Order: sequence, then C-alpha cells, then structure tokens
Amino acid sequence: MKKVQTLFAIPYFLWLLLFVFAPVALIVFYSFLNTSGQFTLQNYDSYFTSGKYLIMTFNSVWYAFLITLITLIISYPTAYFLTKLKHKDLWLLLIILPTWINLLLKAYAFIGIFGIHGGVNKFLEFFGFAPHQILFTDFSFIVVAMYIELPFMIIPIFNALEELNPSLLSASHDLGANNIQTFIKVVLPLSMNGVKSGIQAVFIPSLSLFMLTRLIGGNRVITLGTAIEEHFLVTQNWGMGSTIGVVLIIAMIIVMILTGEKKKRGGQ
Amino acid sequence: MKKLRALFIGIVSIILILLLGSYELNKSTGQSGDKVLNIYNWGDYIDPTLITKFEKETGYKVNYETFDSNEAMYTKIQQGGTDYDITVPSDYMVEKMRKAHMLTRLDKSKLPNLKYIGKSYLNKSFDPNNSYSVPYFWGTLGIVYNDKYYKESDVDTWGKLWSSKFHDQIMFIDGAREFMGIGLSSLGYSLNSTNAQHVEQAYKKLKKLTPNAKAIVSDEIKMYMINGESNIAVTYSGEAVDMLAKNKHLHYVIPKEGTNLWFDNIVIPKNAKNKKGAYAFINFMLRPENAAKNAEYVGYSTPNEGALKLLPKSVTADKQFYPTKKQLQTMEVYKNLGTKWLEKYNDLFLELKMYHK
Repeated sequence: MKKVQTLFAIPYFLWLLLFVFAPVALIVFYSFLNTSGQFTLQNYDSYFTSGKYLIMTFNSVWYAFLITLITLIISYPTAYFLTKLKHKDLWLLLIILPTWINLLLKAYAFIGIFGIHGGVNKFLEFFGFAPHQILFTDFSFIVVAMYIELPFMIIPIFNALEELNPSLLSASHDLGANNIQTFIKVVLPLSMNGVKSGIQAVFIPSLSLFMLTRLIGGNRVITLGTAIEEHFLVTQNWGMGSTIGVVLIIAMIIVMILTGEKKKRGGQ
Repeated sequence: MKKLRALFIGIVSIILILLLGSYELNKSTGQSGDKVLNIYNWGDYIDPTLITKFEKETGYKVNYETFDSNEAMYTKIQQGGTDYDITVPSDYMVEKMRKAHMLTRLDKSKLPNLKYIGKSYLNKSFDPNNSYSVPYFWGTLGIVYNDKYYKESDVDTWGKLWSSKFHDQIMFIDGAREFMGIGLSSLGYSLNSTNAQHVEQAYKKLKKLTPNAKAIVSDEIKMYMINGESNIAVTYSGEAVDMLAKNKHLHYVIPKEGTNLWFDNIVIPKNAKNKKGAYAFINFMLRPENAAKNAEYVGYSTPNEGALKLLPKSVTADKQFYPTKKQLQTMEVYKNLGTKWLEKYNDLFLELKMYHK
C-alpha cells in the first residue's frame, strides 16, 4: 500500500514543481537579467537606490495596510454578530455571494456608481450638494478594494468564532467576569488565528492590486503592481519587472511569518 | 486495486480525448498554405464586407484574428505558432520588427497600386523607401473637448493645458512617449529628443501639469468622454473619431505647436506562408474604391489619394482629421529612441504618474 501512496503523491509533486517552484525560480532568474539578457545585479541596485521604487513600495504597503485595517475593523464585529444570528448560514452565503461575480464586473459597476453622473452623486445632489469627483481618488480606490476583500476577512474570523467552545464562555462568567472582560480575555485571544489568516488573505493580494489602481484609481494611485504591469507589457523590461516581483514575494513571506501560527509550547 | 485500475484507465482515456481534441482544434485554426490567408489586425479595423469581397474575388479563405496592442502582436509573431501572412503594426513597431528581421522586404513590382498612396505619407523615418511597409491609416495626437464646458480657444495649444481652470479635469492617454511629448512640444523641442537637458526641462514642466490630470488611462477615455464623466482629454485622432460620432458636443483639436503623426502599416511577416496571397491582399486594399470604403467604415484618415477623391467632401475637408499641409509640417513621427532613452522616458513617466499631490 505504501507504494500506492507515493504513486498518488506524484501528481501533487509535479503540480508543485510546475506551477509553484518553476515560476518562482524563473522570476528570480529573470530578475538578474538586464534588457539585453546579460547577468547583472543592476536591477536590484536601481530598485534600492532610485528612490522611485522605494516610494512605490512604501505606497503599496501603506495602501495595503489601510485596506487591511479598515476591512478588519468592519469584519470583526460583522463576524461576531453573524455567529449570534439565527440563520447564520444564510447570512454567510449572502456575504460570500459577491465573490462569485467577476472582479472586473464589480470594478465596472463601481465606475457607474462613483461617476459624476453616478448613483452617489445623484444622492448627494438630492440633498443639495454639488457633485464631487469621487472616481480616481484615494478614497474610491480604498473603498472598492475594501469591498472586494471584505468576504476574505469575514470568513476566517467567523470560522474561528464558530469553533469557540461555548463552555469556555460559561466558565468565564461563572468565575465572575463580565461580558467585556470575557470578550477581551477569552473571545479575542481565541479568535486571533482567524484574524491572522484574514490579514494574510487581505494584505497580500492588496500589495499588488493593479487593475483597480487603473480602473478606479485612474493610474493616480501607483503601486508595485502597476510597475510590474508596465515593465512586462509596455517597456518590456522583464528583468526589472521580475525584480519587483521578487521583492513582493519576499514581502509576502515576511507577512506570513509575522502573522503565521506559532507552534504552541507547553504551559501558556 | 480494481478501483485504482479503473481510475488509471479513466485518466489515460481523458488524456487521449484531450489530445485528439487539441489536434482537431489546431487543424482548424492553424491552417496555412496556398489557399488560406491569415490576417492579424487591430480589432474592428477593417470593413468586414471587404474581406468577403476579397475572398470572392481571389478565392482565398481569410482567417482574421485581432490584437489590441503592438506589443501583444510583436510577442505573438515572435513566438511563432500561427504564421500570419499580414499584420498591421504602428510606425515605431515597424522599425522594431524591421530591425529584428521579422519582416519580408516588399517587392514593389508586385504592388502596382502603391502609386495611389500620397507622397507625403511615404518614405518616413521608421521605414525609409517603404521597403517593408505600406501605410494603412494615419492620424494625430490631439485634444478632445466638450463644447458645453470649453471652447476651442481654450485648448488650441499644448501650453494651455497647464491653465489652472483644468485642475483635476484632463484625462491623458497612458503612454510615456505621448505624455513626455506634451512637455517637449510645449517647449518647442522635438518629440524624439535625446537631449538630456531638453528631456529634463520637459520633465520639470510636466510636474506642474500632473495636478490637472484627472486620470491617466487608455481605452476607457472613449467611454468617459462620451458619457460626460470627463470633458477634456488628450487622445489619438482615431479614438476621437468614435467619440465625436457618439456625442455631438465633442470636438477634436490639433494643438498649434505640432504633435505626433502616426501611421499604422500593412506588413508581411518573415514567416508568412502565403506571400502571394498577402501581395494580392495589399493590392486589393490599396485599390481606391476599397480604401475609400474602408476609410468610411473605420473613420480614420486614409493615405490613399485615389480614395480621397472618392470620399465625400464633408470627410476630406474636415480639418480635425485631414489637417492642412502646413499643419502636417509641424508634426513628427516617433522614432525608435533606442533602449536607453526609451527606458529614460518610461522612468520619467512613471515618476510623473506618482507625483501628483
């Protein structure tokens, strides 16, 4: 039977090799090539010395941070109250439902909503406000990114809260803690794993959003994703594009390590 | 173990079915040879009735495929796969493909209808003597505005775009050459400048233009201008044609300082399988009545002087899309700047995009 098991593992190894390791290796390889195909460290040099890319990196991290923070602030209470509801499966389904719709369609819908003649401005006009430029601002970019990432934050937190053993809450109450103390000392620490995986699921994709920066941000919000797109499609400087890719991969690994589950050691 | 065998047989049969399927698919799309002409053109860039007419006249079967950027087309041709017999790169891409030895040198004796192309559209720097390409359509880069909000005198020069009344209003086309070109033109320098000082000056001047930028996008400009989301945009005349047709308040202006003159050109890639058919197609498209019909359908400016005579006066007298000889003299075709300068332009453009607050 042992042999059969290794036989079954072969497709997974092949899959990993072909679609995970090989592409990453290729990106790392390309990042050491200049436009004429020679081996060089020049890409990394210009990344860390030009200032431009560092500002872009800072921008990307900053926007991703804001998006993650706001989604977290909205998601935690949402997930918490969801667990208290009667038909929670139905409610959860409603939250997941928008993820079935193509991202591009949702972005285009927001163009309509935020436009000068769009829904939001019509609403403002109704109350006597002059129409505002909402599209192509940081505000609209963050709102749309947040809307899209929201389900990915709510679901892990919801699951963590669902798994919470209710007898722990009773115990806390029996030992004299009030609701707030129970929440801070019991519920919050025990749901931290959900929060961490939520942050991973939101922060990492937010770092390299590029379609939204163009459609909703009108290319006035520039992130590393935009730069990669530009280097691969416009300037055809694949080396520099790959270098930015490598930096993003490293940034993602760092985030994974920071938010990853630590192995529980005995005692506490 | 029985289950395992069933699974194994299942997988093998699926693989076989897929192989057969892909073979069939390749057979139907990847045809090439004497009786088939593979054309690779921009989307919606030919009157489809002309293809039928060509097929009827010559007996060739046309496979028509489309692309949406020069770079995408370049990559696909470079990688091979399908051997296209005809494609339509823009000026700078002709130069790039020519230098990469990807084009067939044209035998002019097989192109008698080339005589209909106006002299002022031939022998441009991207392809001296038109050894490799035949102009298909041409146009300019200019400013589209909505007459409900602005008048022509607001936008008749590039310099006026810096006016504070356009704060957060202008949509720019997303291209490094185009955006840097606005700065260079407004200073009176060449669009193809490789003078470090001139480029630096343009960059500094453009930094003051970015607060006026509402968005830096590409195809979306069309939609935004038509539905009134934006009232002023810098874009190509070809795009402008569509906008003007859909919203009568829109107008197109070619700025006085001069601008970019672009050409889309028919070429025959080196690995074309049906060169005879390709020549027949180019000749067919150069015939005045066909060129005129095509120009009416696409709406772009044709370089075919025979066709110009056949087009209605209202089209050819339109200064927006058929500028005067004097205006044409102020215009420049993009030259290939070489990797070093192209990178410089792109880097500066990326910095300008980031710099807006």
